[in-house]
Amino acid sequence: MSNMVSALNGASAKGFVEVRDMGLQGMITLRGDLNAAKLKKAARAVGGADMPEQGHISLGDTGGAAWMSPDELLVLVPYTEVDARLSEIAKAMGDDHHLAVNVSDARCMFGVSGDDALVREALAKLMPVDLSARAFQPGQFRRSRMAQVPAALWMQAEGEARIVCFRSVAQYVFDLLKGATSPGSEVRYLAR
Amino acid sequence: MLILTCPCCGVTGEETEFHGGGEAHLKRFGPGSSEGEFHDYLFSKVNPKGVHLERWRHNNGCGKWFHAARDTVTMEIYGTYPAQTTEPPQDIRDAITAKRPGWSWREFA
Ligand SMILES: [Zn+2]
Repeated sequence: MSNMVSALNGASAKGFVEVRDMGLQGMITLRGDLNAAKLKKAARAVGGADMPEQGHISLGDTGGAAWMSPDELLVLVPYTEVDARLSEIAKAMGDDHHLAVNVSDARCMFGVSGDDALVREALAKLMPVDLSARAFQPGQFRRSRMAQVPAALWMQAEGEARIVCFRSVAQYVFDLLKGATSPGSEVRYLAR
Repeated sequence: MLILTCPCCGVTGEETEFHGGGEAHLKRFGPGSSEGEFHDYLFSKVNPKGVHLERWRHNNGCGKWFHAARDTVTMEIYGTYPAQTTEPPQDIRDAITAKRPGWSWREFA
């Protein structure tokens, strides 16, 4: 069996806040009618969290589900359980129109942690999004871009951001985050 | 800088999160049409000074297509509306009329 590793194999960088590759994360793209009872039930069972509202993510103990678009969820599950969860979805959905795909190895997840305001400032350098604590709260989920590539963002907790991007741009995103958090480059706009 | 609100996911973002998709409400002239009609369908696009209706895609977001009514002079967005329509809805027309009475764009006014 090959040794499975995430894109940057747990790399980290310590600037004025810490950036780290979160390692292997199971991710399932689930597309279909998000209002259908069957799909809601499957998403809840597999992600172990409530169905997210538009523009939000709901998190459980071992996973969660993020609202990607009017017909798409990103379901987070433990990496080793993806195949089992896909079978569960297939069984629950039956012949109903849907699409469920393992995208774990096509994506990469980063964490940025530290002082809440400084985490937000670092990310605000890279994304065209209002990241003030008032505008972007834990539970919200925002797809946007990070410099030149698409990225999705949420606050896992205060001072704890999560970013999902394509695996093919993992090094690029890591380098961006490393640069944006380099000591001495604090903007002190959100942080006093 | 344009600020657009995507009617599909509700996100309000600046224009680099989106991608312009050209003129809105094109009527396709394909097999069976005259050469003149096919030429106009492909190449004859309007480039008005003022009110313009366009297609946009939320490419760094939900990925969906939608329509936007905007002003090429003032850069304001009159409104955005779903892709699944062949004409601007009344509330968008009203929003344009409020700022630009007597406006017209192709066959719409
Ligand atoms: Zn959108």
